[in-house]
Amino acid sequence: MIIDANTAFYFVIGIAVLMYVMLDGFDLGVGALHLFAKTDEERRIFLNAIGPVWDGNEVWIIIVVGGLFAGFPNAYATILSGFYSLFMILIAGFIFRAAAIEFRSKRESPRWRGLWDFVFCAASLVVAFVIGILLGNLIQGVPLDAEQNYTGDFFNLFSPYVLIVALFALSLCTMHGAIYLYMKTEGEAHQTVRRWINPAIGFFLIAFFLVSLATFFTAPHMIVPMRENPLLGMIPLLALVTIFSIPMLIKREKAGWAFISSCVSILLLLSLYQIGTYPYLIYSPAIPENSLTIYNASSTEKTLKTLLLIVAIGIPLVLAYGFWVYRIFRGKVKLDSSSY
Amino acid sequence: MDVLLLSRIQFAINICFHYLYPPISIGLGLMLVIMEGLYLKTKLPKYREMTFFWIKIFALVFAIGVATGLVQGFAFGTNWARFSRFVGDVFGSALASEGIFAFFLEAGFLGILIFGKDRVGPKLHYLATICVCLGAHFSAVWIIIANSWMQTPAGFHIEQTATGPRAVITDFWQMVFNPSSMDRLVHTIFGCWLTGAFFVMSVAAFYLLKKKHQEIARSMMKIGLTVSLIVLGLQLFSGDRSAHYVAKHQPAKFAALEGVYHTAPSTPMNIVGWIDEKKQQVHGFKISGLLSFLTYRNLIDPVPGLDQIPRDEWPNVPLVFHSYHIMILTWIAMLFVSVFGFWALFRGTLESKKKLLWIMVFSVLLPHIGQQAGWMAAETGRQPWIVWKLLRTSEGVSHKLSKGQLIGSINMFVVIYILLFSLFIFLLDRKIKQGPEELALDEKLYRDPGK
Repeated sequence: MIIDANTAFYFVIGIAVLMYVMLDGFDLGVGALHLFAKTDEERRIFLNAIGPVWDGNEVWIIIVVGGLFAGFPNAYATILSGFYSLFMILIAGFIFRAAAIEFRSKRESPRWRGLWDFVFCAASLVVAFVIGILLGNLIQGVPLDAEQNYTGDFFNLFSPYVLIVALFALSLCTMHGAIYLYMKTEGEAHQTVRRWINPAIGFFLIAFFLVSLATFFTAPHMIVPMRENPLLGMIPLLALVTIFSIPMLIKREKAGWAFISSCVSILLLLSLYQIGTYPYLIYSPAIPENSLTIYNASSTEKTLKTLLLIVAIGIPLVLAYGFWVYRIFRGKVKLDSSSY
Repeated sequence: MDVLLLSRIQFAINICFHYLYPPISIGLGLMLVIMEGLYLKTKLPKYREMTFFWIKIFALVFAIGVATGLVQGFAFGTNWARFSRFVGDVFGSALASEGIFAFFLEAGFLGILIFGKDRVGPKLHYLATICVCLGAHFSAVWIIIANSWMQTPAGFHIEQTATGPRAVITDFWQMVFNPSSMDRLVHTIFGCWLTGAFFVMSVAAFYLLKKKHQEIARSMMKIGLTVSLIVLGLQLFSGDRSAHYVAKHQPAKFAALEGVYHTAPSTPMNIVGWIDEKKQQVHGFKISGLLSFLTYRNLIDPVPGLDQIPRDEWPNVPLVFHSYHIMILTWIAMLFVSVFGFWALFRGTLESKKKLLWIMVFSVLLPHIGQQAGWMAAETGRQPWIVWKLLRTSEGVSHKLSKGQLIGSINMFVVIYILLFSLFIFLLDRKIKQGPEELALDEKLYRDPGK
């Protein structure tokens, strides 16, 4: 089977989403857990665990959005104009998170820091939750008219199923963030994170169970490809195995491996999403002909090929220096004069 | 007010506020490369202290630049859905290149710049500084190519689709090197360099006035003045070239920039002026034949006026004219500051000239005013088109939005931006007052955990 340019670029966007969730996912999780840390020093250690990397991680969401604009402009136009208010909330979340990280430690005053700590936590929760709402709607499908415009309103975006997906997204980030902190800390801060890890994993497992059940009943179209192709059916099983390996690895104090397990779980879960929705970008359950697919929403083949070439040159570079940056900041967090 | 006007207002607020920050990043990027380069070459500690002082300010500016820049990535789709469908095939690839080649470079290496000074050696640190500077410059490249394509489209053809017409790339490099992209890129980058130079100069003048950090301030003053004087000179040529492309490709915009209502030989140019829209006249100081000369290199040939353009293809003439002339005035003002500053520095009398130093402190605003006004002229001069002669702005807006949604989001942005801007000024002020030496002291306190 030869993969066409549309599928190949859809795959590239999938990778960008994966990178975003894997990397900024732990930033969001660290934010979600922020208020559970009680002392200023602990909060600073946790903040500085993501300090040098969160900016670069956030760039992946720009790549996702920019990639969508470039490769599938109709889907970009439909989603962003259709979910207008939701995106405004997301943007506000991103801005407040950046401001909180940047401004928090600029002054000593406990009131100043307390305020920004709250903003950091709230903004991270909002971003994780809104991204969950987006994914939930894309899984479930939304009403579209013949001109590919979203016909629902803001409140239609919050069905019970979508809320479950959003909760799941939040729990995933929280767990991922807790594991990341566990890996990056030592001493007392490490013990603090140790206390959080099991509840975070528990929260995730409950949400995972709920979301699987809900998808089975509310979005049965997601299951079809797994039924038809037993090889793909292996993916949910693999996901289950990796997810359950996380608490085992934590118990054995293998934080690095637990983090890798968490990343692999994200990979498997997102591939379930892509397999389930392919070739739809935005599915319209009521009138399926109005759906946007990777074919009717795409740029021309020529542009897609140009994009693939840009990606082929750019991504290895990005990964190479991304890897270098992470290597320089490897090891446990230590506060110094340049810290937040 | 309708959805179209509200969307335009929102875009203007977003882009104007965002554009306070990238020019500082780009300009300071260059300044940092110069400063740290001088340190590596001379090993004088003052250059090192200077570099790390400006890195802290760079970090603050960058953080707000990213936060407000993120908005732009969404803004095309949220408010300009039909425009996005129309241009997606053409400038999606430019924006994707921007993300991949520019943002990662800048964001990735900034971490090393700020947090890595004890983890990497001086040469690797300098490499990171260069990468951040390059990243900042690359980010200007692609967005300006996309914007220039909207001014002078090239390398495409129009195709009908189920959801309306769209532009489709036929030649990627023709799109990239469309008639205006390189001139506008150079013009913009020079503007950014001036921003960096005047920022450094302004802080240096402040320290000289307060008699603090004088040794560092003198060196910063030299760097700032030298760069600003060179770039102001270069900007003159770049401005001339930019005006040329407008005259050639966008006659309606050119007529509006210069307030040429009526076509006449020996077209004059207004150095300063005021538009009387009702009488279709410009009052002010004009030099006869200068515009003809600048456009055609002779004193006679008439520049086509707005009378040759259909009325429904006119931009808002007073807005375009006045913002364009504000830009020119800021260039003249910057030239005065730089020339007097340089002369005083050369004669060794600068530090006794309090008034001049205070002017230099506040001249940090000039490049910002110039750039905001210049972009205002460039973008409003393109109206009523969102893509020149291909798509009207009214055809590009997301028409399913409600006024309520827009009023909500505009309010949200205004509140957020006022907050961000106040915090930015507050923290910037603290950092400048702390100064380079105090930062070094700070460091010792942190290293001694006994504190």
